[in-house]
Amino acid sequence: MRDPLGRPPALLLIPAGLATALLVVPLVAMVAATNWASLPDQLRSEPLRQALWLSLTTATAAALICLVLGLPLAWVLARVDFRFRGVLRALVSVPLVLPPVVAGVALRTTFGRRGLLGEPILDLTGFSFAFTTWGVVLSHVFVSLPFVVIAVEGAFRAAGREYDAAAATLGASRWTTFRRVTVPLAFPGIMAGLVLGWARALGEFGATITFNGNYPGTTQVMPNLIYVTRQSDQDAALALSLVMLLVSVGVLLALRDRWLGTP
Amino acid sequence: MRRLLALLLLTPGLVACGGDDDTTLQVLAAASLTEAYTALAEDYESDHFGVRVELIFGSSNDLAESVADGAPGDVLATADETAMQIAVDAGATAAVPQVFALNQLVIATAPGNPERIHSLDDLDGITWVRCADDVPCGRIAVTLLKHAGVTAEPVSLELDVKATLEKVTSGEADAGLVYASDAVTAGRAVRSVPIEGSAAVPAIYYVAPLSQAADGGLADDWINLVNSVAGDVALNNAGFTSR
Amino acid sequence: MSLAIDLRVPGRVDARFTLEPGEVLAVIGPNGAGKSSLVHALAGTVSAEGSAEMAGTDLLALPAQEREVGMVFQGQLLFPHLTALANVAFGPRSRGVPRAEAEARAQEWLDRFGIGDLSHRRPGELSGGQAQRVAIARALATRPRLLLLDEPLTGLDVKVAMALRIELGRHLSSYDGIAVLVTHDAIDALTIADRVLVLDEGRVAQLGTPEEVSQRPRTEHVARLVGLNVVRDGDTLISFTPQAVAVSLAEPVGSPRLRWQGRVADVSPHGDAVRVLVHAAPDLIADVTPAAATELDLTPDRAVWLSVKQTAVRRYEVGPEEVGTVTP
Repeated sequence: MRDPLGRPPALLLIPAGLATALLVVPLVAMVAATNWASLPDQLRSEPLRQALWLSLTTATAAALICLVLGLPLAWVLARVDFRFRGVLRALVSVPLVLPPVVAGVALRTTFGRRGLLGEPILDLTGFSFAFTTWGVVLSHVFVSLPFVVIAVEGAFRAAGREYDAAAATLGASRWTTFRRVTVPLAFPGIMAGLVLGWARALGEFGATITFNGNYPGTTQVMPNLIYVTRQSDQDAALALSLVMLLVSVGVLLALRDRWLGTP
Repeated sequence: MRRLLALLLLTPGLVACGGDDDTTLQVLAAASLTEAYTALAEDYESDHFGVRVELIFGSSNDLAESVADGAPGDVLATADETAMQIAVDAGATAAVPQVFALNQLVIATAPGNPERIHSLDDLDGITWVRCADDVPCGRIAVTLLKHAGVTAEPVSLELDVKATLEKVTSGEADAGLVYASDAVTAGRAVRSVPIEGSAAVPAIYYVAPLSQAADGGLADDWINLVNSVAGDVALNNAGFTSR
Repeated sequence: MSLAIDLRVPGRVDARFTLEPGEVLAVIGPNGAGKSSLVHALAGTVSAEGSAEMAGTDLLALPAQEREVGMVFQGQLLFPHLTALANVAFGPRSRGVPRAEAEARAQEWLDRFGIGDLSHRRPGELSGGQAQRVAIARALATRPRLLLLDEPLTGLDVKVAMALRIELGRHLSSYDGIAVLVTHDAIDALTIADRVLVLDEGRVAQLGTPEEVSQRPRTEHVARLVGLNVVRDGDTLISFTPQAVAVSLAEPVGSPRLRWQGRVADVSPHGDAVRVLVHAAPDLIADVTPAAATELDLTPDRAVWLSVKQTAVRRYEVGPEEVGTVTP
C-alpha cells in the first residue's frame, strides 16, 4: 500500500541508509570473520559458560536494582516541583558522560578497601565490594541507573499528570496513584528503560576492570573474557564476541513486541 | 621518455636524501619500555640532527598486530617472543629480531611491606593479584608460582601489568606480581620484593627493524643505540636487566 | 448542607457566592472566564486562596483526596488501562472498600446509566457518550457531597448530547449533594440547572434562576447565548429580541435613544429569517426577512441604522454587586 503522504524523501533516506550501514556492516563483518567450525568447541569451554552466566546474572540483578531505585527517583524528577530539580537531573546523568574507567576509579575511591564508604563498611562488616560479584553488580548499577532514570522519567511525563489529578479527586493517595495509575500507564517506557539499562550493564567493561578486577567465576564477565582471550587467540575472541552478540540481540528481539509496545 | 620516467622515480629518493627537518623515526614499543625508551629517544635525537623520534607505546600484541597489518613504523620492540613472532610471520620485520633486555618479575607491596611478604609462599591468605594467563607477565607468573609450589589463588587476573600495579598502588590489593621495571616506575608508591628464581624466567624483550621502515638506516641506528652502553644504562635505570 | 464559596485563583478567578443544599448550579461564561479554574479549585486540582465552607469544613484547607468531591473532567480522563468497571470501582477501592464490594457497586452504577453490559470494555473501546456516562458514574460512585462537571456534553454528537442531557438531569435531581455544571451551552443551563452563575473575567457577573438570567442578561455573552440584545442605558440595562430590531439605511425617526449606527459584520440564515450582526456600539443582532435583506442589500461592511421601539424593550437594574461588562 502506498503511503498517502508520498514517498519518503531521499534527503532522509540516504543518511538513514548510511546510519544503518555503519551499525550493521561491522557486525556482519564480525560474523563473517568468525570461524564457525570452532564454535561448538568454544561453547563447551568452561570460561565461556562461567563468563556468560556471570554477565547475564549480574546484568539482570543490576537491572532489577535500577528498577527499585530508579523508579522512585524518576517519579520525583517527573512529578515533584522543587528548586534544584534541574541540578539533580544533571547530576544523575553524570555517569552517562563519564568514561567508564573514570567511573571505575570513582567507584573504587568510594567503595574500595580504602574507600570513603568502603573502609568503614569493611571495618564494620568485613565485607568488601572489590573483587566480588556484588562489586560487579554495583558497577553495573552505577553505569546503568542514569539510563533507567532518564527513560522512566520520560515515560512518567508522557503518562500525564492529569490522570494523577483524576485519581486524587477519587480519593487515591499519591502512593496509590503511583501504584495503580502512573506506573501501569508508563509501563512500556519503563520496560524500555530497563532493557536499556540491562544492555548497558551487559556491555560494561571499563568500570568493572578498574574496580572489580577479573577472576573467572566471580568477576570475569564476558567483555573481560573477550579482551583477555584476544591476546592469545583471535578466533576464540571472535567466537566469544559472536556468542555475546547473539545472546544480546536474542533478548532484545524477544522483549521487543511484548513489552516495549513498539511495532 | 625513459629518461623522464627514471628522473621521476629518482626524485623522491633525491628529496629524501636531502636531510630535511621532518624526518621521523617511529618506534613501536611495549608499554613497560616507556621510561627507558623516552630517555633513549633524547639521546638519539641529539645524535641525529633533524630526526624526531616518535614513540608509540602499547601492548606488545596490539602493536605487533598493527604492524603485521601493514601499519607504518620503523622499529618494533616487544615484551615477549610470541608478539614478535606475529610480526615475523607476517613478514613485517626487516632483520632477525634481537634480544635487548630482560625484565624479571617481582612482588610489589604497599610501602613498608605491612603484610611482611618476603616470598611467593607468603601470598597465601592475603589479597593479591597477577596478570591474566594469556598476557606475557601472567605466563611468567604462572611458571614461577608452579616452580615455588604455591597454590594460593589471586583475587583477580588483571588484563595487563599496569592494571596489576594499579591494584597495589590504590590499596585494593596487598600485593601484585609485576615487572621490576614497573616497580621502579612506581617509585615510593610500592616496595619491591624480589622473587627467588625469577632470573631464570624473565620476560625477554625483542627488537627488530621493520620492512615498512621509511629509512632502514635510521632504524638500525636505533637498535644499535639500544644495544650500546648508553642503552644498557637507560634500561638498567628503568629496572630491566641486560641480556 | 450549603456551600459558602469565597475563593481566588490568582489571575483567573475571584468569586464569592453561596450554594443551597441539593441545588444544581450551571456556570456559564465566555472562554477564559475562569469556569474550569473555578471547578478545579473546588476539586483541589488547582491551588486557590480563600475558603469553601460546607457543614463546618473548609474544603480548600483539605487536600484533594479528602474533600469528598466528585469531578467529571473535560475529556473524561478515564484511566485508559482499566476497564469501565475498574474505573468506576477505582474511587471506592482507593477509599478502602474491598475489591468485590467496590466492583459490585460499580456494576450497579453502570447499570443505572444503562451501560452495564460495557463493564469489561476499556475506554478506548467506548463511544463518546458511553465514556461520558462512565465518567459520571465514576464520580458518583464515591458518594461525593459536591459533584463538579466540567463541560460534560461538549464534543458529543447532538443526538447523543440530547439523550445524555435528559439522563443527566434525572440523575442530578436524585442526587442529594450540590452539583456544579460548567457549560457553554445555554440549553444545559436552562433545562438542568436550578440557578445559573455567569462568570466573566473571573468574577461573578450574574447569579440567578435560568429565567432571570435569560430574560434579563447582564452580560453580552449571556445575551448572545440566549439570542438577545443587551445594551447599557445609563444606570440600567435594556434587552430586546433581534426580531424587535428595525434595520434601515437612512436614519430613522423617533426616540434618539433607541437607535444605533454601524456596519454589517455578518449575515446568516436563522430559521425563516436572516440574522444580521452589526458592529454598532455595542454589537447588535437583528432578524430581518430574506426579502428585506435583499432589498436593503445587507452585505458585510454596509452602513446601516438599527432602531427599536420603547415598548419592545425590557428595562432592568444593574445590581450593586454585579460588575456589568456590557459596553454602553
